[in-house]
Amino acid sequence: MNPSLAVIFLTLFSGSGFGLMAMIAVINDLPIDGGLSPTRTAVLVGVALLLVTIGMISSTAHLANPKNAWRAFTRWRTSWLAREGVFAVLFYPLAAADLGWTFFQNTAHGAVALLLTNAAAAIGLITIFCQGMIYACLRTIRQWHTPLVPANFFVLGLAVGATIAASARLLSGGPATALIAIAVTLFLAAAILKAIYYFWIGRPTGTTLQTATGFNRGKVRLLDQGHTFGTFLTHEFSNQISARAAQRFKIAVYLVGFATPAAILILGLHAPLGAWALVAPLAALTGIGIERYLFFVEAQHVVNLYHGRTPAAMPMMPASLKTRADVTQRPLVPSYEKR
Amino acid sequence: MRLGLVIDLDTCVGCHACATACKEWNTSAITAPLSDYDPYGREPSGVWFNRVRHYEIGEYPNNKTINFPMSCMHCENAECVTVCPTGASYKRPEDGIVLVDQDKCMGCNYCSWACPYGARELDRESGTMKKCTLCVDRIYDESLPEEERQPACVLACPAHARLFGDLEDAQSAVSRVVRERGGYALMPELNYQPTNQYLPPRTRPAIPTHDLGRGSLARKVKEWVNRVVER
Ligand code: SF4
Ligand code: SF4
Ligand code: SF4
Repeated sequence: MNPSLAVIFLTLFSGSGFGLMAMIAVINDLPIDGGLSPTRTAVLVGVALLLVTIGMISSTAHLANPKNAWRAFTRWRTSWLAREGVFAVLFYPLAAADLGWTFFQNTAHGAVALLLTNAAAAIGLITIFCQGMIYACLRTIRQWHTPLVPANFFVLGLAVGATIAASARLLSGGPATALIAIAVTLFLAAAILKAIYYFWIGRPTGTTLQTATGFNRGKVRLLDQGHTFGTFLTHEFSNQISARAAQRFKIAVYLVGFATPAAILILGLHAPLGAWALVAPLAALTGIGIERYLFFVEAQHVVNLYHGRTPAAMPMMPASLKTRADVTQRPLVPSYEKR
Repeated sequence: MRLGLVIDLDTCVGCHACATACKEWNTSAITAPLSDYDPYGREPSGVWFNRVRHYEIGEYPNNKTINFPMSCMHCENAECVTVCPTGASYKRPEDGIVLVDQDKCMGCNYCSWACPYGARELDRESGTMKKCTLCVDRIYDESLPEEERQPACVLACPAHARLFGDLEDAQSAVSRVVRERGGYALMPELNYQPTNQYLPPRTRPAIPTHDLGRGSLARKVKEWVNRVVER
């Protein structure tokens, strides 16, 4: 699939914002490490709102006809995309009310404040689920058609949220042990879930060019795609990445996205980091951004079968080029988008 | 009613007449235009509702070229419709035709992700999703003579490899030919229940060549002269 920046940013930033909101609720509910002061609650809710807004704005950048975007809430009965929109929009008044109440009433632990925080957090979590289901409900893209997708969105969103909360605590001083333990545990869970996912997508799929054309008994080979240059289909669906490059990116996800922030937070327990604590959420966002890029570029839509794409081969390409990793990284039609 | 197409892979000659006739009709029909990008340049591209691909099946000497036209299958279980958040995509209950309301579409591409058959293409100029309309503006047009109330691609096909009709009616010509020729749907395992059906090519053994004589002396001389003269 086309790894468009708009969709990567949408899921990355809004997921992190919702995850942060959920962590704020958990921290103030229990409370963990003494809970957050009203001002700090308000600041973190503000950060959550900012992240969600960045995500929402970049999502409209990927619409070809944004003037009809308001209609996107109408089909919530059948469409996960519509449900995501509905819940994302519900999130705003709740989070804004929470921010206003904690700030102006100067309370983060009163009944109303907690109610608002928890309501906003719940809506945020539901939105993450809808976001995951947007991808997981598609039977045409095997790499997405799995409950692992919403599970990953949950754990990664929560991990970034916990990292932001923990590094904010490191910045402002105060007990942070439990916060950091939660963040590190979430990174561990993310690492395990992603490992399961990466092994799982390696398995072969049931749909082949044979079932796609109906010639189940013999060999089927593409002779001609029937068009001289790229089409919407090749532009949208033909991106792929060589196995070697994918492996490098996956290592980067683990190092930058999971290990670095966890290490920085643990370090922060033992030594004063000052503003360096902010490297933790930045590294997490960068690494998970790479994870999101892989999530798109590794997904192979079944229509690629009709273009002769099998996992191992790129058709219409001289055999001498096939082994070159940098060639297979490029989409079939690199310049279609530029004009 | 469940209107759709039956594609005869036995007779399709791969001439792309259906694709160009489709483009010609639909570029001024209900979801017009079908925009082109750089049509006379080095990288021509644009919106098409019907594309013909070419495959080789089997292995030499028992191989065969199959020309494979694909347009929207007007699926019974059309997930392109259920995933659409705006309600722009819809399936008409009366005849099963799947359409996109150009006034409602926001161009999010989501429906094209849900379509396994590559039937939907975004028009970058209008910013909306477009797809085969089953020529809904021809098949009911009473100002056309009765025999022309058919999709443009069906009328254009010189090999009569495209048949149009009601696949719900077991007595219709299309249902009969699907029964008799063993018509099938593509990617049945995805359970979109496409309306369009494909008729398999008839299999005949390859014409044997091993028993042909090696040729007379005169013929060998002629072949040799031909080779020399060519250089
Ligand atoms: S072929 Fe694709 S666009 Fe047409 S009805 Fe089926 S899923 Fe929808
Ligand atoms: S591109 Fe248009 S028709 Fe397709 S899902 Fe989006 S709004 Fe619906
Ligand atoms: S039925 Fe009409 S719109 Fe559909 S492929 Fe044929 S000519 Fe094109």
